[in-house]
Amino acid sequence: MKGLSITFAATLIVVAIFLLLMMLERKKGGRGMSFFERNGVLIGTYLILAVGFWTIVTIIMPMVFMVDLSFRPKLPPSQVGGPLDEYTLKNYRYFLFGSSTSAEAWNTVHIRAFFVTIVASIILTLVNFAICYPIAYYMAQAATLKKLRIVLLLLIIPYWVNDILRAFAFRILLSENGFVNGVLDWMGLAGAPFDFLGANVGLYMALCYSHLLIMIFPLYNAIESQDHNQIEAARDLGAPWWHIHLFVVMPHAKPGIASGMTLCFMLTAGAVATPMVLGGPRSLWFTPIVYDRFYQLFDWPQGAAYAFILLLACIVFVLTVLKISGLKLGEITR
Amino acid sequence: MTIAVELEKVSIQFGSFTAVEETDLEIQEGEFFSFLGPSGCGKTTLLRTISGFTHPSYGKVRIGGVDMAGIGPNKRPTALIFQNLALFPMMSVAENVGYGLRVRGVARGVRDAKVARLLDQVALSPHADKKINELSGGQKQRVAIARALAVEPKVLLLDEPLSALDLKLRQHMRRELREIQQRVGITFIYITHDQGEALTMSDRVAVMNAGRIEQVGDGRSIYAQPKTSFVASFVGENNAIPGTILATEGELATLDTPVGVLSGRNPTRLGAGGEATLFIRPELLRLSDGTPSECAIPTRVGSAAYEGSMTHLQLDAAAGTRIMASVIAAHASAHPQVGQPLSAGFDPHHAVVLAG
Amino acid sequence: MKSAMLNRFIVAVYMVSFFTFLLGPLAVMVVSAFNTPAYPQVWPIEGLTLEWFQRLASDAEILEGLKTSVIIGIFVVLVSVPVGLAGAICMTQIFRSARSFYYFVVVAPVLTPGIVIGISTVVFWRDFSGLAGLRELMYDGIVLTVLGQSSFISSYCMLIIMARLQRFESAQEEAALDLGASFPQAFRHILLPFLRPAILSAAVLAFLTSFENYNTTTFSILADKTLTTVLAGRVRLGSSPVISALATIIVMLTLVAALAYELIKRREDRRNARRKKTAMAAEDAELSPGAPRPAPKSTDTPPLRPSPSPRNAIHVSSR
Repeated sequence: MKGLSITFAATLIVVAIFLLLMMLERKKGGRGMSFFERNGVLIGTYLILAVGFWTIVTIIMPMVFMVDLSFRPKLPPSQVGGPLDEYTLKNYRYFLFGSSTSAEAWNTVHIRAFFVTIVASIILTLVNFAICYPIAYYMAQAATLKKLRIVLLLLIIPYWVNDILRAFAFRILLSENGFVNGVLDWMGLAGAPFDFLGANVGLYMALCYSHLLIMIFPLYNAIESQDHNQIEAARDLGAPWWHIHLFVVMPHAKPGIASGMTLCFMLTAGAVATPMVLGGPRSLWFTPIVYDRFYQLFDWPQGAAYAFILLLACIVFVLTVLKISGLKLGEITR
Repeated sequence: MTIAVELEKVSIQFGSFTAVEETDLEIQEGEFFSFLGPSGCGKTTLLRTISGFTHPSYGKVRIGGVDMAGIGPNKRPTALIFQNLALFPMMSVAENVGYGLRVRGVARGVRDAKVARLLDQVALSPHADKKINELSGGQKQRVAIARALAVEPKVLLLDEPLSALDLKLRQHMRRELREIQQRVGITFIYITHDQGEALTMSDRVAVMNAGRIEQVGDGRSIYAQPKTSFVASFVGENNAIPGTILATEGELATLDTPVGVLSGRNPTRLGAGGEATLFIRPELLRLSDGTPSECAIPTRVGSAAYEGSMTHLQLDAAAGTRIMASVIAAHASAHPQVGQPLSAGFDPHHAVVLAG
Repeated sequence: MKSAMLNRFIVAVYMVSFFTFLLGPLAVMVVSAFNTPAYPQVWPIEGLTLEWFQRLASDAEILEGLKTSVIIGIFVVLVSVPVGLAGAICMTQIFRSARSFYYFVVVAPVLTPGIVIGISTVVFWRDFSGLAGLRELMYDGIVLTVLGQSSFISSYCMLIIMARLQRFESAQEEAALDLGASFPQAFRHILLPFLRPAILSAAVLAFLTSFENYNTTTFSILADKTLTTVLAGRVRLGSSPVISALATIIVMLTLVAALAYELIKRREDRRNARRKKTAMAAEDAELSPGAPRPAPKSTDTPPLRPSPSPRNAIHVSSR
């Protein structure tokens, strides 16, 4: 099948690069023994098969194929691989300019959704950081062991409630005849019920809520590893509290901050369930648009292109975080 | 005596770095043999090569006359005691000791009996069922020894096993290790950077520096008859006085040094005219406030440090040279005034002249 | 002193508001699960009822989805944990540029949105399974979901196992080999027991992550339904206290599991403290004058010495 040849070729190139690097490494003075000498034949085979399957078949090949597909036209199965199956930028053009029959110059709906998603995700990530940092600091440096245990227990409670249920909870809270409107009404504050969901307040709150814990734990782990004496010493030298946080704690916790922010951004921008449940009347978030390519229009190549655009946004974000923080990839994914 | 371990032209390289240069060595059966050297001198690499964790880049390792090329660490008749002991924390004391027998498929009954005997030998029987983290440093040490002896190795390799111990315990364990070695009668190869350990326990010591064995001999000859200036300065305290050889006469050489003309033994037969260093031990200096004898250095007392049995004097000689002298504290000359002139003399047969 | 009081007050206010925000929505859901109105309602409480739980228990679609989710979860554990373990071990055996390259590949799924993973899995397997002649077997919602979820859950497992592996002394394994163990024996007797706690937490995490996953699953599940996709459909159609009842059960289970974990952890801490005390007692005996070789003595009553409180006793893995 013509469709997969590029995928196979690209995968082979990736594997070849890796083997080449290994060989260079070995030449430069790899200590001791070869791979099979070190692990034995049985275990060595298991390691290679498991990692090979994982990296090649479930990571590299699907990803390469998705990108490959995003440059192809939508065709009925009978014509795939036929003369019409040629590489095209059509799907990306659609993202920018909309269908060729539409009157508008730009595909404003999709472009706006994309930028709203990215900007809102960045803002929500910063908001999450601002909310979580004090708690993480309190847990890591200030709390007694007993209080720490209680706080951790409370944090764990919502951990395994999934995004759909979390969004559902916000709907109960914020819908027109929901809890908050009921309370406002009882207090005599709001004349008419306020449409929180229509104004997307629910969406943003739930997105923020859903990723609090994603932010807290990396922060906590990073701050926790700092020697408390360093903070005491800074305080002893007369540093004001904001100075201590900005120049003593945060630099030390940088890997945790970067890690929390990266995960938080990725999960917020890639959230599917929350916008579906709380999205309000207009489609605002980018992921439901991607979803619709697949299950409303059944245009998989276009869906692949949209997914790739989302992935690119995440890659750019990760690279920006790495650049700003001066960290390596290994330091932020612990 | 037969040869237990033989290294033939062994050299070990990691990439472009040479960890051990071409080395020939024979270690006898039943010998307590030590490698002594500063960290990074290649002694651990050599030990790992004997145990099979590192392969020699060139040359051969033979154990009991058999070439070990291609034989893995788990097939060699050696047992290694690691620097941090590497006891298995998930197993009890008895399981640790019996591990080598277990993987060899020794029947449980036989195994248990042997483990019990070994534990008894190292006075750990009451602790057989404890976990490793319930033991003291000395107890762990003895578990490691029992575990290694359980597999009845031809050669026991020890990689600085005492370095983590408290000083007093360390001295005690030296005696105990030596006793065990004499009792079981197998070859011990011991790695250390502590010369006290090497000299007190070993039948023979190899002094290593920068991937090369500088000298092999018993403790006495290493200390008293160093063959290189590295050995002379690394083993024990030594005064090193550089100079130029004026003349050689029989086994003695005479040097022109900044502190005067001095003589010493010339074991490596250096010729006249070359640069050389004269080494004289602090405890072999004879201090007198009388007229200097033929081979003596005129000095003034810089400072004195009293250390119980001995007093260590720092003497200032000409050209900023500092001479260390150790005197038995009970001796009259041990309490000089600071600034007082003293003549530090010595028997030329006690001093040694070496290249470099 | 005044500022310390003020400080404490601010901290308290902050903590209370934070946990109100964190737990409030859950509390609202839990209350609505026991309230009688058919539209989830918190106030007024019109009457206590277990009806929604009963409806949940007899909801065939949800139960079917639950079953599928559990099956997928089990398979994801069976795939991700061994793969993550292998990934972590390989990581310790390669260096420098090869290592960075490898790390980039195996960590990429963690930083990739789930929706992208789901899409790439579906589009790839549609064509690849046909090519391999396995279309019947492979192009199936459950299989694809296991594959898609495993690609990133394996990374989680690898990161968890790697964190522990970094504390492994390779000398341990060498000691086993030196004593005559074969490579598989050293692996089984030494490395696996050492990694066991990490492997267990990886397995638990893998199952739960798989169970609650929606972003990847919604694409890869095809015509099948898991608990989360059933839920998503329900929630989109409208609100029902049955969903609140389900959330209540999940919260309760989490709470029970967390408490149980805490108890186990405390017991373990106490045991370790006891062992440490024994070791210290032995150490003291060894170093006391006149006892060069410690006579074996009873360790039932070791001298008390305060051991430092294990501050890091609680460790929550981050995902």
